[in-house]
Amino acid sequence: MGFDVFPPAFVLLIAAALIGLVRGHARTAVILIAPLLTLWAIWQIPDGVQSTVKFLSYNIEPVEGSPLRRLFATVFAIMVFVGGLYSFRIAKWYELAAAFAYAAGAIGVCFAGDLITLFLYWEMMAIFSTIVVWCGGTPGARAAGIRYAIMHLLGGVILKVGIEGVVVGTGSIQIQAMLATDFSTWMILIGILINAAAPPVSAWLSDAYPESSPTGSVFLSAFTTKTAVLALILLFPGEPILIGLGLFMVMYGIIYALLENDVRRILAYSIVNQVGFMVVAVGIGTEMALNGAAAHAFAHIVYKALLFMSAGVVIYRTGKNKCIELGGLFRTMPVTAVCGIIGALAISSFPLTSGFTTKSMISQAAVDGNLMWVYMALTAASAGVFLHAGIKFPWFVFFQRDSGLRPKDAPWNMSLAMILFAGLCILLGVFPELLYALLPYPVNYEPYSIGKVLFYLQLLLFSGLAFFVLLPLMKRTMTISLDTDWLWRRVAFSLLKLVEKVLDFMGELLAQQRHRLQQFMHRMAVRYLGQPHTADSKERGMFARSWPIGTTALWIAGLLSAYVLLYYF
Amino acid sequence: MNTDEKQLHWLVRPSTIRKLWIGFIIVLALVVAAQTMVYIKGYFGFDAWFGFGAVYGFVSCLIMVLVAKLLGFVLKRPENYYDQPFAGPDVETKNDTVKEDGHGV
Repeated sequence: MGFDVFPPAFVLLIAAALIGLVRGHARTAVILIAPLLTLWAIWQIPDGVQSTVKFLSYNIEPVEGSPLRRLFATVFAIMVFVGGLYSFRIAKWYELAAAFAYAAGAIGVCFAGDLITLFLYWEMMAIFSTIVVWCGGTPGARAAGIRYAIMHLLGGVILKVGIEGVVVGTGSIQIQAMLATDFSTWMILIGILINAAAPPVSAWLSDAYPESSPTGSVFLSAFTTKTAVLALILLFPGEPILIGLGLFMVMYGIIYALLENDVRRILAYSIVNQVGFMVVAVGIGTEMALNGAAAHAFAHIVYKALLFMSAGVVIYRTGKNKCIELGGLFRTMPVTAVCGIIGALAISSFPLTSGFTTKSMISQAAVDGNLMWVYMALTAASAGVFLHAGIKFPWFVFFQRDSGLRPKDAPWNMSLAMILFAGLCILLGVFPELLYALLPYPVNYEPYSIGKVLFYLQLLLFSGLAFFVLLPLMKRTMTISLDTDWLWRRVAFSLLKLVEKVLDFMGELLAQQRHRLQQFMHRMAVRYLGQPHTADSKERGMFARSWPIGTTALWIAGLLSAYVLLYYF
Repeated sequence: MNTDEKQLHWLVRPSTIRKLWIGFIIVLALVVAAQTMVYIKGYFGFDAWFGFGAVYGFVSCLIMVLVAKLLGFVLKRPENYYDQPFAGPDVETKNDTVKEDGHGV
């Protein structure tokens, strides 16, 4: 037993503790150096199980390497570095510490060689991400954090039930590909899908993320859903139900984002949309599809964090987060606007961005599997992504009408973080081989052919035309959109109120009856035993009256004769 | 160019916006026209039709926006929906009507 290699997750955990212990420049150094050390540690892990620890009767494998696991861990570590750079000057230290521990959980999941380790890191993510949500600091963040925690702890319990079932059923705690065929595997699948924001509980994501701080949402956008995608790739490749589920998520994200007014909530819905693409890919399950899911997860983390950073700068500088209140910010925030637009183009999979080189692999996998409807739905969704995130986000924030706001552009560290990620979006779009080399399976795919580029340009540019033609239909309203969480935030709540009312009524009824009984007993007592006041002239209680002596003697005589008679017989 | 226009940022002057629209329409026409010279390999036959990408992109966006608009009538609630005290499942509070802002665009 023992650790032959140092688990990379521990680097970030130690850093999370250090962030609380040191201050000033030392803290900044920890924030910036720890992710790089983690990245180094990640690339020290060779393929295969690296160490085993005996726990109860199980062989725990805390660190297992594979190209897929390293890929996800790599992008997580890069994310922590850039996220740390973005937030170290304005975020509270406890938010950063929680974010680092949260990322440590995500990286731990990446290298978990068995289901027990996976579960431990999984719960660690749930706990520390809740703290990041709470760091939003508003009453709304507090309430949303509680709902978020309940959802994830519930998901954890379901996952644990499934893991126990599988361990008892197969005797193995190994992470291996399975299909949802019986109760336990279904439980594992549901537990993972809750973290992936799959229906019917997608609402937790758009509920919690926009309530966190401008820096917190950057971290939140990256880890939870993408570890769920990794877990799906490891455990359920080729599970057919995921195709339908993923397509639903894709469309759900677009429709809800179109209805939304809150800038970060638009981005949150588009996380569900993008994760939907990956879930579809896992459902297809071929090598091309899994490559596509992994590559898309990598690219998605980068451009989604970039979009959240851009939105975060706007909220940090203006204090406003509604499309209605924003607009025209390109005048004074050129860096933020350009980086936001690059992120928006990447998420829309414009040619020469990372979205194009990764998302098209998933479409290609659908074509290879002869899944015409899936391919057509994904293509329509690509157009829809451009509509709801690619144009809508930059348009309403940076252009639209002039809101009169003239905020300063981002501070240097935030600009640098955004420029780094914007550069990465374009780098992976122009030189996709860099990412393809890291994918789990050999890549035999040419992203750029002139015909395909032309097809996507037609598709996307005419979606853009649709956006501007249909703008009158997309007037922003100061509204939220009901989701399934209405069931527990409203219906369950009112049921609870109803139960409370019924109990109240029963309690009142009981109190009334008790009062009446009390009055009755009182009346009886007064009637037979006397009156409280003896000085008045009223007749006394039955047993308190002065009876005539003759009557008493008669009673005694009667009783004595009865006694004698009884004795005699 | 009159003085009113000069006070605006060059990007939002009506004359610029008109030029942008003209440029955009030319680009749109070009990407469709380019299909006469560039062969788009269709995977399922019909997706290689002339201008299929353009029509498909536009129509699917149209459908999505309309579906969102219709769902919005059912799903949209005021922002403080979950904050206000709740009277009961059948009671609509007077805040429950949704107002569009007049200057959305």
